Amino acid sequence: MAGKPKLHYTKGRGKMESIRWLLAAAGVEFEEEFIETKEDLEKLRNDGSLLFQQVPMVEIDGMKMVQTRAILSYIAAKIDMYVEGTTDLMGMIMYLPFQPADTKEKNLALIIERVTTRYFPVYEKALKDHGHDYLVGNKLSWADIHLLEAILMAEECKPDILSAFPLLQAFKGRTSNIPTIKKFLQPGSQRKPPADEKFVAVVRKIFNI
Amino acid sequence: MSGKPKLYYFNARGRMESIRWLLAAAGVEFEECFLETKDDLTKLRKDGYLLFQQVPMVEIDGMKMVQSRAIGNYIAMKYNLYGKDLKERALIDMYVEAVIDLNELLMTHPFQPADKKEQHFATIVDKATNRYFPVYEKVLKDHGQDFLVGNQFSRADVQLLETLLMAEECKPDILAKFPLLQSFKARISNIPTVKKFLQPGSQRKPPLQEKDVPKLMKIFH
Repeated sequence: MAGKPKLHYTKGRGKMESIRWLLAAAGVEFEEEFIETKEDLEKLRNDGSLLFQQVPMVEIDGMKMVQTRAILSYIAAKIDMYVEGTTDLMGMIMYLPFQPADTKEKNLALIIERVTTRYFPVYEKALKDHGHDYLVGNKLSWADIHLLEAILMAEECKPDILSAFPLLQAFKGRTSNIPTIKKFLQPGSQRKPPADEKFVAVVRKIFNI
Repeated sequence: MSGKPKLYYFNARGRMESIRWLLAAAGVEFEECFLETKDDLTKLRKDGYLLFQQVPMVEIDGMKMVQSRAIGNYIAMKYNLYGKDLKERALIDMYVEAVIDLNELLMTHPFQPADKKEQHFATIVDKATNRYFPVYEKVLKDHGQDFLVGNQFSRADVQLLETLLMAEECKPDILAKFPLLQSFKARISNIPTVKKFLQPGSQRKPPLQEKDVPKLMKIFH
């Protein structure tokens, strides 16, 4: 999230507390501007900062968001969203070995196109915007692990697929070196290889496809 | 989806009406199981159907969903009424949440004690015409589009129309100062699925009558 979110509320729990919890749990640093007098609230209203004249209000990603649930949903989804994207991508790559020979090449081209124009630019930009080591909140999360997995799978499709994405390359190097992940990347771990012809035949038999 | 969604609630608007609107707008046929007595509610609770012992409850896609907002979110997402990306969803959420707040006021009006009713009515009219409607009027004015968010029919349009109609039931000329909301109302009402829902004989519920209040109170207490 580009720049720190800024919370506008009184210096108490109220309806803002859930939002503080979510940001804290996600490891997202935030600022707070406290409403201490009636004048403070009037000023926010007069400035047109409060869509329905009410707080909580959170300045985030260029929006002045109101409605507690809407704010919570947005923050949670940003974390989720990164994962949705990588899941979609990996789904496409996963089915590739099961494609008939004639559509395989077309689908491979589609995957490469999607990866380089739809997915990777989003993650490259996210890393660029906040300049942190990890996708969300400057702390390892499953969004990072998922992305690394997707990167490695994409590279198996096209080895130089990261050429236009310097930050993703650095991300890959960094994340691969995390001890637990490094271990998983070693031969002999429980990580599985890409599907080959033989394996495809076995799967077809098991699932009757 | 295995079979039609099945709605468990009273034969009244309450917190289920927005869900009926959404399903109807999405063109989804649904069934209803009406709670008529306290025993009906007790049975649902005993059978473990109600996660938090409350209705609304909607059987959908193999789940017994509760919490009207969660149900609304699920339906909106499933039927593509939730915008095309996260920012549109955020806008839709903001608009819908505010409309739900106004709906709460409208919904609780019949249950107000007689001496508080007039004051409550004044509050409804004040909030509607000074806090909420001006916002939506401005949104429509600023982008000049037919729908509230992303130039595409969404849950926000459905829920706003529902609220506009309920507010008019409270005070027929409540939209007098809001020309764009008036044309919005006409436009959205003409969408085929919505138009169908607005016809007599649809599953849309009528406003709560004074005489029905005691019966409802009995189910709860």
